[in-house]
Amino acid sequence: MARKVGIVTFPGSLDDVDAARAVRLAGGVAVPLWHAERDLRGVDAVILPGGFSYGDYLRCGAIAAHSPVMTALRQAARAGLPLLGICNGFQILCEAHLLPGALTRNHRRRFINREVTIKIENRATPWTAKFTEYEEVTVVLKSGEGAYLADLATIGELESAGRVVARYVGGDQNGSLDAIAGIASEEGNVVGLMPHPEHAMEALTGAGTGGRRFFESIMMTVLAR
Amino acid sequence: MRRYRERGVAGGVGMAKIVVDVMLKPEIRDPQGEAIAAACHRLGFAGVRSVRQGKRFEVEFDGETDPEAKAAELAEDLLANPVIEEFSIRRG
Repeated sequence: MARKVGIVTFPGSLDDVDAARAVRLAGGVAVPLWHAERDLRGVDAVILPGGFSYGDYLRCGAIAAHSPVMTALRQAARAGLPLLGICNGFQILCEAHLLPGALTRNHRRRFINREVTIKIENRATPWTAKFTEYEEVTVVLKSGEGAYLADLATIGELESAGRVVARYVGGDQNGSLDAIAGIASEEGNVVGLMPHPEHAMEALTGAGTGGRRFFESIMMTVLAR
Repeated sequence: MRRYRERGVAGGVGMAKIVVDVMLKPEIRDPQGEAIAAACHRLGFAGVRSVRQGKRFEVEFDGETDPEAKAAELAEDLLANPVIEEFSIRRG
């Protein structure tokens, strides 16, 4: 049985092609999903890719959060569908209230485009199951509004429940509280990640192969279902 | 009949302009405001202590009995992100 991972394209998505390629490199079938349709085409998991959905109008991810595909995904996520938001996808998940907190402008006002090392602190999600404990991998941080903020009660809950999935090694990069690079929903099936694992899939063209495990994880988890 | 006539008149019961002002919460850092403040100083406005940047929305409603309440709902759902922003509502 081929494992199907849906990749949503919004107007302004940029990294949907790389995300689809990453799924294929991990052995899965990438299924394109369109923002204006509610049909999830029977996929086993969904990725919201990076980019500038709807031109970042209003706030990053704000318009996309109310698109038809998100209505379907909100229901599916509640029923346990694994959902990964990368960069703009993470912003969309926060705006859709599928994840707590918000992503705000980088504190030093610069668009950041560099390789970063992150530490995986939660292996209990379908997207991180194949990592070793506290494994550190190099991926690409590529965002202007990546500073993760939430009120102190929310941060406390994320930390105490182990919902911080990934943290920047070497401290804060962009103003994110507690150097948070990624978080999970209470149930763990929804994960938001600011840096891009899909840009770190092949040694020749990317930042090494540190991103592979995210996609191998979802293949393994979906197969086990 | 009377109701119909009122709706037809601009500015009558049927139409209302509501202004929604959205600002980052005071505790949320505003890098854009900081950049603007720095530019103020470069321009010689030495007395500028700080700048906070916000957004203003002008929303026209048709046939809403309580446009302020509707605007508040809209602000909560879409125009503002309550995690980091606060909003205020007034007649335009």
